[in-house]
Amino acid sequence: MRISRRILAGLATASLAVTATSCGGGGTSGSFDDTVTVGILHSLSGTMAISESTLVDTEKMAIEEINAAGGVKVGGKSYKIEYIVEDGASDWPTFAEKSKKLIDQDGVPVVFGGWTSASRKAMLPVYESKDAFLYYPIQYEAQECSNNIFYTGATPNQQSEPATDFMYKRSPAAGGDFFLVGSDYVFPRTSNTITKAQVKQLGGKVVGEDYLPLGNTEVAPIISKIKKALPEGGIIINTLNGDQNVAFFKQIQDAGITPSSGYYVMNYSIAEEEISTIGPEFLEGHYGAWNYMMSIDTPASKKFAKSFKKRWGADRVVADPQESAYNMVYLWKQAVEDAGTFDDNAVREALVGQKFDAPQGPVEVMPNHHLSQTVRIGEINAEGGFTILEETGVVLPQAWNQKHPSSKGFACDWTDPSKGEKYKL
Amino acid sequence: MELLLDSLFNGVAIGSVLLVAALGLAIVFGLMGVINLAHGELMMLGAYTTYVTQLIFKLPILKPFYNSYIIVSIFLAFIVSGVVGILLEKTIIRKLYGSPLETLLATWGVSLILQQFVRSVPLAYGSGLVISLIIGLFLPNTFSLKIKESINFKYFKFSSWILAALTGVLTGSVISSTVSKLSRASARNVDVTAPSWMRGQVEILGTAFPKTRLMIIVITLISVIAITLFLNQSAWGMRIRAVTQNRQMSDCLGISTEKVDIITFGIGSGLAGVAGVAVSLLGSVGPNVGGNYIVGCFMVVVLGGVGNLLGTVLASFGIGIMTDLIGAGRLLSIWPDMPLPLSNTINFFATTSMARVMIFALIVIFLQFKPTGLFPQKGRMVEN
Repeated sequence: MRISRRILAGLATASLAVTATSCGGGGTSGSFDDTVTVGILHSLSGTMAISESTLVDTEKMAIEEINAAGGVKVGGKSYKIEYIVEDGASDWPTFAEKSKKLIDQDGVPVVFGGWTSASRKAMLPVYESKDAFLYYPIQYEAQECSNNIFYTGATPNQQSEPATDFMYKRSPAAGGDFFLVGSDYVFPRTSNTITKAQVKQLGGKVVGEDYLPLGNTEVAPIISKIKKALPEGGIIINTLNGDQNVAFFKQIQDAGITPSSGYYVMNYSIAEEEISTIGPEFLEGHYGAWNYMMSIDTPASKKFAKSFKKRWGADRVVADPQESAYNMVYLWKQAVEDAGTFDDNAVREALVGQKFDAPQGPVEVMPNHHLSQTVRIGEINAEGGFTILEETGVVLPQAWNQKHPSSKGFACDWTDPSKGEKYKL
Repeated sequence: MELLLDSLFNGVAIGSVLLVAALGLAIVFGLMGVINLAHGELMMLGAYTTYVTQLIFKLPILKPFYNSYIIVSIFLAFIVSGVVGILLEKTIIRKLYGSPLETLLATWGVSLILQQFVRSVPLAYGSGLVISLIIGLFLPNTFSLKIKESINFKYFKFSSWILAALTGVLTGSVISSTVSKLSRASARNVDVTAPSWMRGQVEILGTAFPKTRLMIIVITLISVIAITLFLNQSAWGMRIRAVTQNRQMSDCLGISTEKVDIITFGIGSGLAGVAGVAVSLLGSVGPNVGGNYIVGCFMVVVLGGVGNLLGTVLASFGIGIMTDLIGAGRLLSIWPDMPLPLSNTINFFATTSMARVMIFALIVIFLQFKPTGLFPQKGRMVEN
């Protein structure tokens, strides 16, 4: 393991050197006054590498774009962004260790990193104790609001709540009963607690829920429970993780749980990347909810997809997590330019209220360090993309969910010293 | 009735996945006493063989036979995993017989190497390498006795390895240039799609059964029957059993124990490959696919009683039926108006993760009373 990690680190530095030199050939290279080095910390090895490496690719692309446009301009000087890529190795303590290294040894002003909630929870104490900054790009269960983390992914009220609403009121299975399926860890359990409260408010019924232990692909007992609880079809909310989705969809299709027999699955963890892995033939007719979908028909969205394909290959796709990763690099750049310094605390203040014309549409950083975003509901089509059915207006983020019993009536506001992490509304 | 049938089918379906995965291990661990932690990775190779076969059958020349690719891949997976197993036995495990701890560590190392291998080597060249291995290992055995006994045999052997290497490189590059998906290394999980005749359901006695599950049950049954016949009826099977029971005595009586070891290990590994085909029909195929099954395999073999095929069969179906019974909360539908505390307990365990906890607990308790499993081996164990 140790050796492979070293080799990977070596490869990372090598590729870094290659990119750095190849960028050096760009037309604007001579005009930089100085450089600034940022940290990128995702898993490049282990089970999460498949997903997280796409974020590294996107962040590199955003940095290259910023450099090509003249870099970051601070105090009349232009800075070229350079980056150090560290491997979290799908191992949560390693994320904390590498964070320390990036902050203390490399002295980076900002780290872009993380994917799983477990990795974020492991890194959080490091950034809080050192008063450093982490930008975290994944849709997650919320119920957290750190002064040292900026969350650019969706909170449950920006993904699962509009999705549940859609399923209960306007989907072909409207008014039907709900069955909740998820992997056995914090995100699905929290998300389902919120969904249960919401379904109750709407007047619907949750007739069953089940969790598959991570790594387990035996879905047969869940299928018999679904058939028993929803004999005539209904709504299934799916928060399974990664490969477990493949097993789930293959097996439910064989068991006759399909849209044509009245079962509609709403997914919170399946984006374009996952659709191509699972196979659109298993997913066609089911639903997904995201802030960004590749099929959004705007110039900004098309440009984002096109530049990514140009940079990393025509067969690559972009999805919501990548869009969030792309946004966070730009938001950081804008905040630094507004603050006129790389100093952490000044940047933190300047970041709140930053607006960016993201591929998904306009986003804005809110006082609770989350983004206001647009929510989209899409139906998965045979081509492996989403057919967008609905689009909300801009939805404000709730760091503390208003439907979860433990956080109802609380909010977070870091711009007001008397409010802070969790105050009563 | 329908409920009972459904529950029984589910139990058998879950059990047959466990059984097909554990069958190879029952031979390698059960009969030979080798703790092979790379068993899961041999399954993974079988699953990747299915994937490669599927892509090759999509080529225009083989397209008309596409529907039968899954049958072909069962045989190919047996050969691929079997050959890798033989190589493993010849190079590593042979030196470690009688030292379980070292075997455990060495095979764990092998499992990591195999996982990294499929991540970083393009599958086309991986297939080429396997083909070289097959030719290199088997070609010298086909020479006539006269050549084998001549002093120049080593040159023949050497030249057949060169031939093997050349063929391997050639097939590797041919596959790589014709199937673009196999020409690049990737850590991404890949997908095996069952041919159309194996998708959907069949209705038996008013209950619908998924066809892939039926296929897995069939694969399992055939494997079990074939291996039982082989062990009990064929000459090599009898030699294997003789060596298992008393190695020194068999050696004295002129059985080549070395050859028996290779064959036993090869067959055990080959069965792991067949299990890989079965597993690829249920989920996705990735470097870690085997790791998900290895604990279950050992559990089944230990519960059944080491060295006893019947025990392995009963243990896997037992675990399968228990999983369904607890995990789907069946007791509640059989006896709907049971007292509240009891029904609450059953509901508490009626999730997949709690059912797993419950089953492990039951197995631990069972092993407290019968530490040697359901069917302990009787008589003197010579190997210890």
